[in-house]
Parts: sequence; C-alpha cells; structure tokens
Amino acid sequence: MVKEIKRKSGRKADEMRPISAKVGIIPNADGSAMYKSGETIAIAAVYGPKKMHPQHSQNPAKGTLRCTYSMLSFSVTDRIRPGPNRRSTEISKIIEWALDPVVMLDNYPNMVVDVHIHMTQADAGTRCAGINAAAMALAHAGIPMKNMVSSIAAGKLDKTVVLDLDKYEDSDFEEGEGSTDIPMSFTDDGKLTHIQVDGYISKEQLKQAIEMAKKASGKIYEVQEKALKEIEK
Amino acid sequence: MNTTMKTSNITGERIKKYLEQGKRFDGRKLDEFREISIETGVSKNAEGSARVKIGNTEVLVGVKMNTSEPYPDSPDKGNLMVTAELLPLSSPRFENGPPKFPAIEMGRVIDRAIRESKLIDVEKLCIKKGEKVWTVFIDIYSINDDGNLFDAAEIGALVALKNTKIPKYDEKEDKVLFGELTDKKIPLSKNTPISITAHKIGNNFIVDPTLEEEDISETRVTIGSSNGIISSMQKGNLCALKTEEMSKILDLIDKTYTEVFKKIEKHLK
Repeated sequence: MVKEIKRKSGRKADEMRPISAKVGIIPNADGSAMYKSGETIAIAAVYGPKKMHPQHSQNPAKGTLRCTYSMLSFSVTDRIRPGPNRRSTEISKIIEWALDPVVMLDNYPNMVVDVHIHMTQADAGTRCAGINAAAMALAHAGIPMKNMVSSIAAGKLDKTVVLDLDKYEDSDFEEGEGSTDIPMSFTDDGKLTHIQVDGYISKEQLKQAIEMAKKASGKIYEVQEKALKEIEK
Repeated sequence: MNTTMKTSNITGERIKKYLEQGKRFDGRKLDEFREISIETGVSKNAEGSARVKIGNTEVLVGVKMNTSEPYPDSPDKGNLMVTAELLPLSSPRFENGPPKFPAIEMGRVIDRAIRESKLIDVEKLCIKKGEKVWTVFIDIYSINDDGNLFDAAEIGALVALKNTKIPKYDEKEDKVLFGELTDKKIPLSKNTPISITAHKIGNNFIVDPTLEEEDISETRVTIGSSNGIISSMQKGNLCALKTEEMSKILDLIDKTYTEVFKKIEKHLK
C-alpha cells in the first residue's frame, strides 16, 4: 500500500471541491445554468432547437447539438486574448461529444441546439464544470434527454489516485511522478461519454481513477437535480 | 417577450402612444432607470471585476493589467484598452465569430468615456519612461441583453476599476507576477464618469430603454460625464436632431446622472 499523499488543500484523496449550482440565470436563453466547483465557475446558455444556418450544415436525419466553450479573458491570472483558440476549439468538441449521446434530437431534423459555455472564473476543471452547467441548461431548456451528464476529473498526484485536481495540483505539482489529470463525464446510469488523460498512469490505477470519478459523478448528479428542481420562475 | 425577433410595428406604435402620455410598458417614467444591482470581485483572477444588472440586462466586466512598451507619442503614460464582446450566450440575436460593429462601437464608446474623463491617472502607470508602462485591459461581456448594454457596461467598467489592485511586478526580472496582487489600488482621480444614453422615440426622449424600446429608437445619444462635465459623446443611428432637441437631451442626461449616481454611489468608494 502506497502512503497517501497530503494535498495542499487539505482534501482527502477522494474528496472533491465544494460544489454548487443554479439554474435559470440568463432570462433571454431557453435554458441556462451556473456550476461552481471550488474557485471554478462555469455558465451555460441554451438556444434552440432552431433552424440550422448555414443550410449546408443541416442534417435531415436528426437535429444537431452545437457547443461552444470559451474562457472570459480575465477568468485566469494571465489574460487570455478574446476569441477562439486551439484549446477552446478542442474543448468545445469534447463537450459536444460528452453531451450528444444523451440528447434526443431525432425529432428535430435540420435544426440546431446551441449551447454556449463560458468560464467566468477558472481554477482547473473548467471543461467538467462547463459540461455540468451545459447539461443542466439543456434540461432547463426542455431538450429531451435520456440521461443527465455529470462530469468530474480524477487524477494522480505522484503515486496516489485522487479526485478533482485544483489549479495548483494540475499545473504546479511536480513531486515524484508529477500530476495526471483525467477528466471524465458519466451519464446518470454510469456510462462514460468523455474521458481524457493527460499525464502518466498505469492501467490498474486508471481503472481505479475511473471508479473514483464514477462514484463522485453521482454526488454531482444530486446537486444538478436539486438545482433543476429549484428553478425560480 | 420574444427577443429573437425585432419589436413588431404594432407594438412599436403602442410604445409611442404610451410615451405620448408619459407612460412606459413597465410603469417607469421616461427619465427613470430600472433597478441597478452591482456586485464586485466576481472573478477572483481578475485585478478588478464587477457584475452590473440593470433590470434584466446583465454585464460582466473584468480588469487585467500587464506591462508593455508605451506608445511613441505618450512615452510616460500607461495604456488603456477596452474591448466588448456581445456573447451569443446573452441573446439569440448575437452570433459567434469576430466582433461585429455593435461590439466594436460599444468598446470604443466606453473606452472614450473612461479615457477622456481622466479617471485613470495614466502618468502614474509609467514604470520607466519610454520603455515600460502598465497597460490596463478592460474587458466587457454581455450576459443578458434586455436593452441599454452601453450604460451597464460603462458602469461596470467604472466600478471594476474602483476595485482594481495592481499586480506584483518584479522590476529586476521585468516580470509581472500574475495572480499576486499588491495592496496598491490602480491610480484614479476623483472623477466618476457615468455614461447615460438617451433615445428618441417619436417626439419623446427616454433613458435606459428595454430591448423592446431600443428596437424602435430613432436615434440615440450616449454621453459620458462626471459631475456636470461632459467628456465623451456618441450619436448613433440615422434620425437627425434639432438643436433644441439636443439641448433637451443634455438636460435629461444631467438629471439622470444624479439619479444613477445615487444608485451606484456606494460602489464607487
């Protein structure tokens, strides 16, 4: 048994940051939500289903889910130049893949559901927070869904598998084997719709990380469900 | 209210008829602002930040600072850069893509309101004359557009600046230590530039339009002023104004300034 690592934040290995959520934050949108995990805050708005433009992007077989992710310029310590970049372009697609399997857009041919996700404050785990906010916003918009999606990262600090890396752990932790980040998204019946690995980890520990994240996703689901039931208007 | 489509003619006519009787759909007087609510420190990685809501309109404003070379024509002055983004998240009318005219104009109008009021003491932002100065970035994002984003954004910029702290700077290494702020506030004068936009609808002038009202506005005049001194102005859209009408607008804005100032005063300390 490897000695468990002491986390700078004082969290236990399988302890995630405090989370909170709110639904219905943007009156103009068909659905909207905020998801906060520690110091990371994501907001999401859903518009649609509406007719897809340009026409050549229309899919006559089913409706399209279109996600855009971006970070506000001042959400990080080192200002980001506004506008899309390589990172945000990839994450937008990852979020689409994470959510698309649960939305039922068969009855909306040639239509699009737009999901806009912005990080107003970033402290690692932004794609997971973004996915959680987006999933709630989709539900709030009344988009037919088979399941909820809940997203959380597991990871590894030196030799210990841990849950939910914060900014320090993700970027500055360099002891031993360093840090590994494994963001994942689960449907509420436990299927994976998204997983990425960035680091250094064995097959056995990866399996352990997946189980740890799966368990935590259940807690996120409860918070999402509660927020959806507390819609103000 | 349907925000996707522009206000219909029939609704527009009704709004005009109401204004003739000194009334508005939401019960406000013609020169009355909606409720203004302000939160500061809403994004902790920014040097300063604010969330401003005017009715259902909401903006997020953040201030970031970095060092850079001064412009050749102002070697001993810091730089200011204001950008605005009209996020598709905030309205079905906004689209993804490079900033279009409305966002560009908004950034520039607010830039002038802040810059020309001499709110920021740019000379104190000089680190080494001709070589190194601070650049102040004010970035504005719309969160929900229900009209009058201009005024909300400018108030956001003002309030965010008021709670901006300068980041630590390692002079030897010539490096800004991002994420570490000093206790020093950004050098500001006592001015409180507030921009207020008046709109002409029919024969009447209103402030703080809802989106519905903004749609049928024939022309708008945005005035940035501080305690009676006007330092920036922009007339937008086509309709020509008689000079008497312009005088009326100036009086209207003077009166509204006092009202708005009272509402936001406690956030300007």
